[in-house]
Amino acid sequence: MLTFTIRRLLMSIPTLLFIAFVIFMLLELAPGDPMSQMPLTIPPEVKEKMRLALGLGEPWWVRFPLWLRQFFIVEPQYWIDAIFGTNFADGAQRIISFQSRSPVFDTIAQRLPQTLWVVGMSYIVGVLIALPIGIISAYKQYSVFDQTGTFVSMIGFSVPPFFSGVLLIVIFSVQLKWLPSIYDTTHVVTSWESFVFQLRQMIMPVMVLALQTTAQVSRYMRASMLDNLSQDYVRTARAKGLSESTVVMKHVLRNSMIPVVTVIALGIPSIFGGAIITEQIFKVNGLGQLLIIALQGNDIPMVMTITFLLAVLIVVMNLIADILYGVLDPRIRYD
Amino acid sequence: MTDNTLEMTEKPRSQWLDVWDQFRTHKGAVLGLGFLIFITLFCTIGPLIWDVDAGKLNIRNKNIRPIYMALFDSGAKVSWSNPMGSDNLGRDIMANIMQGGRISLAVGWTAMILALLIGTTVGVLSGYFKRLDGLLMRFTDLVLALPLLPLLLVMMLLFRDPLRSTFGPEQGIFILIVTGIGITSWMQTARIVRGDVMALKEREFVLAARSIGTPARRMITRHLLPNVMSPIMVSATLGLATAIITESALSFLGLGFPSDFPTWGKILFDSVDRMTSFPERVIWPGLAISLTVLSVNYIGDGLRDALDPRIRGL
Repeated sequence: MLTFTIRRLLMSIPTLLFIAFVIFMLLELAPGDPMSQMPLTIPPEVKEKMRLALGLGEPWWVRFPLWLRQFFIVEPQYWIDAIFGTNFADGAQRIISFQSRSPVFDTIAQRLPQTLWVVGMSYIVGVLIALPIGIISAYKQYSVFDQTGTFVSMIGFSVPPFFSGVLLIVIFSVQLKWLPSIYDTTHVVTSWESFVFQLRQMIMPVMVLALQTTAQVSRYMRASMLDNLSQDYVRTARAKGLSESTVVMKHVLRNSMIPVVTVIALGIPSIFGGAIITEQIFKVNGLGQLLIIALQGNDIPMVMTITFLLAVLIVVMNLIADILYGVLDPRIRYD
Repeated sequence: MTDNTLEMTEKPRSQWLDVWDQFRTHKGAVLGLGFLIFITLFCTIGPLIWDVDAGKLNIRNKNIRPIYMALFDSGAKVSWSNPMGSDNLGRDIMANIMQGGRISLAVGWTAMILALLIGTTVGVLSGYFKRLDGLLMRFTDLVLALPLLPLLLVMMLLFRDPLRSTFGPEQGIFILIVTGIGITSWMQTARIVRGDVMALKEREFVLAARSIGTPARRMITRHLLPNVMSPIMVSATLGLATAIITESALSFLGLGFPSDFPTWGKILFDSVDRMTSFPERVIWPGLAISLTVLSVNYIGDGLRDALDPRIRGL
């Protein structure tokens, strides 16, 4: 197991380097110019100097290793310095945003909590709803509950978040006036009233994202439960005289959770991708909105860093899913 | 006597007739197919009957509510000339939905076909030729690890202007969106096709074909491809659904087609600002997208059951 983990960790390094290279070259080869937004009255020689100041003067084979160095060495040094008060970084150049001229990671650190709150909550809520639905659907296969569950998850697959979100706003904010349509990120929870307000403004974005998670996870849960319910060990457990709840909740559920846990781990990156759209609808100023703004402003370092962070998330989650699978299921041997 | 009984047996049935018979028993799939045909006809033939120009401005007739609003509110501004209402510039919403549907469906189908072509090629090549397998599958894994939506957004933004100047505003964006969606959604097809081809390669009929000297090219086109048609068709439905959603998502984020060029996602995006007073403008295109994708998903579900010989005939 340990050798497998180490081997997978080592293999993910070239993967990440390749992904960084693809993103970098896509941004590099693209004809977009960060100076295109500048007024036309700026003389060409000044424009050239501005380009140099942005670090665009060097060819790509100089800038790409430089970015890698900044991302993997300089930035962690700054974090260590910030935590322990040391001075490893020694004033080295950080990754600077073209738009705000401040370090990219400072902006990301400001935006991350909002995204994590909404995305994390929605994922937890989605999984918590999905698991019972999946279990009951499988236990009572072809019942009314199962048919309804299938239909609801079909809807979850089919209705895109930009429509379900807008629909929720139309119903609950515009018609019924129950919930606010805009997520206020400056809101600080200090008292019971403000906590209730926070809950109310989180309901809709969380529900929109949770619908998609629920649809996917409940399908997997159902299929996995069905696979296990027809196995011989279930008959043995019943024949021993175990109660039905012990059979289902202990024996079948534990075995069925193995593939579902990996699906849950693998779904985390895609929920961050879905958050890009949801944040746009509810005007949450999280990472997704930051990415859109950076894209529109040709802010190459910001786009590069956020996209690469998402890629890191995907690779790490794949790794975790593989390892979890091996840990949970002793029949699986990687070595 | 024996000849007589032989004649009484059923006529030989083709595989696809069997599949169709099984498909018909799936209620959701039949409904889905019906809706897909309806929405396709609505968007292709519809503009011939309802020949209102989708882009025509008519400021006098702006902000007309849909016709059913007259039932709830006798004072609502309705008119039979705009049964689904008109927008803030007086453009007819029904004509816009038809026009937008044409583009959304065209993007969906083309992107799906492109993704299938890439996916099938990669899958067959890596399944059939052992030398290519390691390389191609490693590449597929790498592409799967890319954050696709952000990359699509980057591609849209960065390559929009040059393509627009080469192919014209509509053609250029169309090519860009279709290519973007196509090259970011072929991986699942490739994996499924590879697995099936590898299993088929070990079967006796492939060995027999090889023993009479069938070249690799004909082996793939005559023997392997027809046998992997069913998984390809199922992933085609999934691909169509995701392509329509992705195109609408790009348009919704303001990175799709230009603003005077309606697609379902674009109409939805443009109407969000006024949804408090005119919710129907958001609901029409949203319903069109959702119902189309829902019906395509149900078709895929029915097709999967119909193509699985273990379920068929029960």
